[in-house]
Amino acid sequence: MPEPPRPPRSWTRALRGIVQRELPLDHLLPDQEPAYVASWVYVFGVVAIAALVWVIASGVILAFFGPQWWHVSPQGHFVNSIHFWSVQLFFVFMVLHLWGQYFGATWRDGRAPTWMVGVVVFLVSIITAFTGYLSQQNFASQWIAINAKDGINSTGAGAFFNVLNFGQMYGLHVMLLPILVTTLVAVHLVQVRRRGVVRPIDPGRS
Amino acid sequence: MNQAAPYVHWGFIVISLPNFVLILVMLVLFALGLVLPFPGGRARRGTGEESEDA
Repeated sequence: MPEPPRPPRSWTRALRGIVQRELPLDHLLPDQEPAYVASWVYVFGVVAIAALVWVIASGVILAFFGPQWWHVSPQGHFVNSIHFWSVQLFFVFMVLHLWGQYFGATWRDGRAPTWMVGVVVFLVSIITAFTGYLSQQNFASQWIAINAKDGINSTGAGAFFNVLNFGQMYGLHVMLLPILVTTLVAVHLVQVRRRGVVRPIDPGRS
Repeated sequence: MNQAAPYVHWGFIVISLPNFVLILVMLVLFALGLVLPFPGGRARRGTGEESEDA
């Protein structure tokens, strides 16, 4: 009996198969969660993402109007403050989320990549915040840059990461690093949804 | 805010007061997150226990 003809090889078909197999929609957009998710500890990560939304929205406005505006006008001061304080909230709740995941050992059951991407998000966020402090265009940013340059130079990174170069720091802060942070956060979210929230540690299991 | 923050000196630990207070607030928030009941959590308990463990 002749075999049915195989469909021609296609990378789009292969990719579609991977997405359908690895990222089913009922995992990405669930309407029910396990009972153990009903805890405020699981809210910390969501609040961090909410703060990130405010960071990005206020950052877009600041980038649009520029330093003259955020230093001189009352509206600029207001949006600048929103940007600053939402960053503080982002870091506070990212660290609270980190504590929750650390003490829950949530890298269990195949979730180590999710943990590692979270670690990278944290590190990239620190660099993003650092370039943000250098982009303020005030005495504080100059003070930070002058103090940081020797430390950065001692690592050898000063050759391509010059904290005294406002254009470089500002470009990194408003373009490359935000794209990196948001992309990594999106990957982190998909990873969480793909495997679901990890079960709490069973005290009866050694 | 136009002046240097006061610092806490405790042996070899030196930390600005705002940072120290913020860490304390975070510890309190974390403890509250562990102990405060989640709205609707009791009603949900025992249902929706779908296992997605690998």
